[in-house]
Amino acid sequence: MFETFDATLLARIQFAFTVSFHIIFPAFSIGLASYLAVLEALWLWKKDQVYMDLFNFWKTIFAVAFGMGVVSGIVMSYQFGTNWSVFSDKAGPVIGPLMGYEVLTAFFLEAGFLGVMLFGLHRVGPKLHFLATGMVAFGTLISATWILAVNSWMQTPDGFGMNAAGQFIPLDWWKIVFNPSFPYRLVHMVLAAYLTTALVVGAVGAWHLLRNTAPRRSRTMFSMAMWMATIVAPIQIMAGDAHGLNTLEHQPVKVMAMEGHYESHPNGAPLILFGIPNSAEKRIDYAIEIPKLSSLILKHDLNAPLAGLDTVPDELEPPVAIVFWSFRVMVGIGFAMLGLGLWSLWCRWRGTLDSNDWLHRVAVLMGPAGFVAVLAGWVTTEVGRQPYTIYGHLLTANSISPVEAPAVAASLIAFVIVYFLVFGAGTFYILRLMKRLPRDPMPDLDDGPIRTAGITPGPATGSHHGSTHHGH
Amino acid sequence: MAIDLPFIWAGIIAFAVLAYVILDGFDLGVGILFPFFPEKHDRDVMMNSVAPVWDGNETWLVLGGGGLMAVFPLAYATILPALYAPIIAMLLGLIFRGVAFEYRWRTKRGEFLWNWAFAGGSMLAGFSQGVALGALVQGIPVVNRAYAGAWWDWLTPFSMATGVALVIGYALLGATWLVMKTSGDLNERARRIAFRTCFATIAAMGVVSLWTPFLNPLYLDRWFGWPTAIFSFIVPALVLGCFALLFLGIRNGRDVQPFLAALALFVLGYAGIGISFYPFIVPPSVTIWDAAAPDSSLAFLLVGALVLVPIILIYTGYAYWVFRGKVNPEEGYH
Repeated sequence: MFETFDATLLARIQFAFTVSFHIIFPAFSIGLASYLAVLEALWLWKKDQVYMDLFNFWKTIFAVAFGMGVVSGIVMSYQFGTNWSVFSDKAGPVIGPLMGYEVLTAFFLEAGFLGVMLFGLHRVGPKLHFLATGMVAFGTLISATWILAVNSWMQTPDGFGMNAAGQFIPLDWWKIVFNPSFPYRLVHMVLAAYLTTALVVGAVGAWHLLRNTAPRRSRTMFSMAMWMATIVAPIQIMAGDAHGLNTLEHQPVKVMAMEGHYESHPNGAPLILFGIPNSAEKRIDYAIEIPKLSSLILKHDLNAPLAGLDTVPDELEPPVAIVFWSFRVMVGIGFAMLGLGLWSLWCRWRGTLDSNDWLHRVAVLMGPAGFVAVLAGWVTTEVGRQPYTIYGHLLTANSISPVEAPAVAASLIAFVIVYFLVFGAGTFYILRLMKRLPRDPMPDLDDGPIRTAGITPGPATGSHHGSTHHGH
Repeated sequence: MAIDLPFIWAGIIAFAVLAYVILDGFDLGVGILFPFFPEKHDRDVMMNSVAPVWDGNETWLVLGGGGLMAVFPLAYATILPALYAPIIAMLLGLIFRGVAFEYRWRTKRGEFLWNWAFAGGSMLAGFSQGVALGALVQGIPVVNRAYAGAWWDWLTPFSMATGVALVIGYALLGATWLVMKTSGDLNERARRIAFRTCFATIAAMGVVSLWTPFLNPLYLDRWFGWPTAIFSFIVPALVLGCFALLFLGIRNGRDVQPFLAALALFVLGYAGIGISFYPFIVPPSVTIWDAAAPDSSLAFLLVGALVLVPIILIYTGYAYWVFRGKVNPEEGYH
């Protein structure tokens, strides 16, 4: 089937596939690391065992997810060279140092303290252990900051020049890092990670509430997760709106595709809620639209003119249908999260947060919604900036390695098989861990790679429930 | 001309790659030795001996790759396409090896699968790295800032030899690590394997060392032309010294000495490769100055590296200190 594809398309599919798998794990582990830090802080502060039990429960899940994030991330750091070598040579002087800083400030920090966080509580005592957990959480946020600076620079490049070899060379690092779309993208992504995690934690809590397995622990995590959704979902919608306005300013063509505006609207553009993009005829079929609302949202003026894709040469137009749909999926899920948050607030006020089965069922159903929204959002922004890798300056078609299609096809097939096997198994193990009660001792299984040797430099913890892996 | 930034960066990248090779080397070595320890209990201890540190060790590989893209983008953009197949194989091997650390503890029924993933992934990663190294040493043609060779150029008898040699070397690192970190019967068997792999490693180093100078006139001149031929006396002498310490350490029942001596052997072997092809980063035509990014890139990242690498070494050292001493197999499986 691959004979008909050229190497560029195959390399794009490979990148899309590997990065889509990869982003799932950071989206979860950024939020979960912060959640673990909060749980351990609450445990230290309130001395309530429920927090340590929850910490241990989520820590095991975090370990599996983090491992998958590490190995899928290493693939990303080498794929720039194998498939996108021309891009790497040209953009390396600008984005390479940012990624270098990501490794130096974030990856080592996470990796260095992860071992202590997972296996070291007995060895270092609660205070140092909390420091380790905090460092891991901090590391995930630093990592997000650098890599989003890189991505944002590729979307809205600034602060660079070109040299004789055709390389992008840095002129102003401040402008490179704090490029126009970076603050918006960073806020939007970190909030998305927090929401994604909140929905997962909420779903697990709700699932156990429905089964009444461990009421205290499930209640605590469900309540914490719903607070998060209630507070963060509206903030996220506002952040997304601000990000959209920023995109309109710097990448208007992407917004045209998101909105499905094939035509320019000199007297106020309609908001197309749904419809079927027809790329051949360049129109949206069966469109359900609200007149002038798009101009109101984007320009804060009902009659503001909005240019459409008819102003853009065909070869510089992104694939409209993909962007149009993925954007609607993301926004739809965002509003569903807002609805869940408000509903939970209502139930909380009524005192039925722990007993409303329908709320719990919907929360379980929405457990994976954050991942779908994150992927849809990234598809929107990445497909929407095509046909460029560095927006306005380097075409995707001119970024590819001098690589032959069979080589890319073979590695793509290998990645697809291995990823589905390995990450499928990992997802299965994570779901099985989630199914166990927070303190279910998992009979017949060792509790994980436990470091066990004899010397204890720090004070032992007061409670044996503070064990990194609790016993049978 | 004030400071030679590409030269400094070549040193830092070389350090990162060396740190990766020796640190993940013993992790991978432990995986490579899995088939020689069929008992579940032994395998638990072996995996636990590296579980808290492997992730940090592997991060040096990300620094090597990411750093190369940042400071020598031309090298990154030509080496990786040239070594396409071994790099992909290494990545797949590292995936299987990495997830096995957690998955193996999550299933009884499927445990054998993740034992295979751990051992097979470690072997594949080690072998691919050796092949990649061999292919780099034998040379990568670069024309107009792009790889100009064919897709199977990396596949030669020499690169196969370096692949096998690195697996043997990693097995030695893994065995001496186990000698240091385990006790009892496991320690005894690790010591016997260390005894055999130390001879195999020396033999492999000998073969690769004698082969290398004949790949490229530059290397021949480096090792046999004056004044650099002086290294042809110093390096082998040091190698033999380390080998003696290694051998005696294993035979005399020392726990730490064999591991340190094996590390020193790796450092010397690595230095030998550096002596062969300095100042080239992509032999035979691209030097570190050809490949370097503009000084503004090098300077920007250098500030961070000079501050952060020492800090990283400190907290990495702390993590090793927390988990120091022998793994106690009787404790923890409550």
